[in-house]
Amino acid sequence: MLTVATGNKAVAAAVKAAKPAVVAAYPITPQTEIVEQIAEYVTSGEMDARYIPVESEHSAMTACIGASITGVRSFTATSSHGLLYMHEMLHWAAGARLPIVMANVNRALGPGWNVWAEHSDAFSQRDTGWIQIFVGTVQEAYDTTLMAFRIAEDQGVLLPVMVNLDGFTLSHIMQSLETLDPGDYIPPLVLPHRIDTENPAGYGTLTGPADYFKFRWGMEKAMRTAPSVIRDAEEEFFRRFGRRYGPVEEYLCEDADVVVVALGTLGVEAEVAVDLLRKEGIKAGSMRIRWFRPFPDLDVAGRDLVVLDRGYSFGFGGVLSDSIRSRYPSASIYSVVAGLGGQEVTYDDIADFIRDRKMGEEYWFGVDA
Amino acid sequence: MIRMAEIPKEEYLEKCTTACAGCTSSLTLRYVLKAAGPDTVLVVPACCTSILQGTYPNTAFSVPVYNIAFAAAAACASGMSEAFSSIGKKTNVIVYAGDGGTVDIGIQALSGALERGTDFLYICYDNEAYGNTGMQRSGATPMGARTTTTPGGKTDAKKDIDRIVAAHNIPYQATATPAYPKDLFDKVKTALATPGPSFIHVLAPCPPGWRIASDMSVAVGKMAVKTGSWVLWERKYGELSISAPSKGAMKKRAPLREYLSLQGRFKGISESVVNELEQSIEKNLARLAKEEAGEC
Repeated sequence: MLTVATGNKAVAAAVKAAKPAVVAAYPITPQTEIVEQIAEYVTSGEMDARYIPVESEHSAMTACIGASITGVRSFTATSSHGLLYMHEMLHWAAGARLPIVMANVNRALGPGWNVWAEHSDAFSQRDTGWIQIFVGTVQEAYDTTLMAFRIAEDQGVLLPVMVNLDGFTLSHIMQSLETLDPGDYIPPLVLPHRIDTENPAGYGTLTGPADYFKFRWGMEKAMRTAPSVIRDAEEEFFRRFGRRYGPVEEYLCEDADVVVVALGTLGVEAEVAVDLLRKEGIKAGSMRIRWFRPFPDLDVAGRDLVVLDRGYSFGFGGVLSDSIRSRYPSASIYSVVAGLGGQEVTYDDIADFIRDRKMGEEYWFGVDA
Repeated sequence: MIRMAEIPKEEYLEKCTTACAGCTSSLTLRYVLKAAGPDTVLVVPACCTSILQGTYPNTAFSVPVYNIAFAAAAACASGMSEAFSSIGKKTNVIVYAGDGGTVDIGIQALSGALERGTDFLYICYDNEAYGNTGMQRSGATPMGARTTTTPGGKTDAKKDIDRIVAAHNIPYQATATPAYPKDLFDKVKTALATPGPSFIHVLAPCPPGWRIASDMSVAVGKMAVKTGSWVLWERKYGELSISAPSKGAMKKRAPLREYLSLQGRFKGISESVVNELEQSIEKNLARLAKEEAGEC
């Protein structure tokens, strides 16, 4: 069905279609609309799920963990400080190999209070063992949320998935949305280690170094399996529903001398900047990275990369730049720290970053001269 | 009240735990599981019980145990209880948590789960300190007790978690101690038969923490009741009744000193602190008697 929706409403609609048994909900701007919309679905009977209105985000993630270990599908959504408050339980969910799906509406962190888009919330959960995907459009938020359940629940993965969408610039903007019936695109969940009182076991028992190490390696093996599972989920999505996604959304990259690399809506804005520059004869392209963990392969050889960093590792550098630099040490990178705390970054600004690029350097947009 | 001979012979706590000798928290759990039976999942936050299960891949418990982070037990039970119910299972979900995990770090999740009407039983086994980490004070440590972080004796009063829980108006709430196992057994049965949230607060004397001989933990538990330091009662849908052992104790209380002097943690306690403890016992007993009589 073709409709118009915000990013938040698109996520909620996808969750309804994925039919989780349990949804844990706690409000936080700019995510709140997702759990409000799901509450509407559950109250009206459009969605048959247990809705747990928890008293904190720590409990939201924990309630999903408690539900998931019984073998049912669970979902929650959060933003910013809510995600940080969950931090302990994000590690727990991944370590317990629970295929929980969560939407994180990216927002800056206090102080000062700032409700607008930034990626520091997601970046600070980088090493929790969650698969992280960033989306750029309302339709992509819907489609990727559906894919997330299939990916998380794959027997070779069994890791939680976080779908990231930018606060306000995606969560609250309206675009066209085609909803669909996923049919058996998401197969029934079979959790091999679900709790069974007929076959009692200890979960998360005191574990010595040798066994603990094996469990951690198991998580990394799953992360290394994930790219093929994600590709399969994307291919199958295209085959069934006609929309194609990949690890990186490349735009006019083939012959590009300079490529903008970004996550989320900045990456969509970059495509407009590329069009402007092409008209000036500059061979520009854009790579919008969708998967942040596992990090995808990038074609970086022989071209300048202008990386838009919407999150920073203080004392070190832009987080996205650093991921690229550590994967591709010889990459030529101009790191532009931009869009923190919802700072407006237009396609004209991005075009300027490309025109004025100083390879090997870092530039704080709006601060540096 | 059930007779000892009627308590099921089945054991769900195997004789290979790593509990300290004389541990009354594991004794409590033994009766809890006998009352609950095999279709039960335990949710255990960080506490002595996380350790005494044994080390992976072994477990000394023959029901599933879901270990969870310190602050998280009641929220985990919320998710689990809703999930079981959504797939038509009537499995008992029991949180088994220490006093630190209940009255301190876990109180927010506990309050939320109670307020939401989660169908589960929350048992706080209270050894009145952080036992697993070597006896540091908790909110549940009584005034005057020496712990490793209150070497001069705790100067603050024990947090009254029962009145905090009572403010949530849950269907069933009780206190117990394994020194009175029949009372404990019956209360677990009642709690599990009552839909919605139940809370049982169990006093669990701890030989190393309380500095008592390992063969004295049951005797100390009995003395806690006889002196009125620990009062056994239950509250069903708001109606309080004081349990038989405490009824007897209230008629003729043993002197508080007899309870304190059994325990090394109260060694050197001042007369003024003993008086404060005595006053709080009297106040608590009076309040409970009034409530039972319907006068408040």
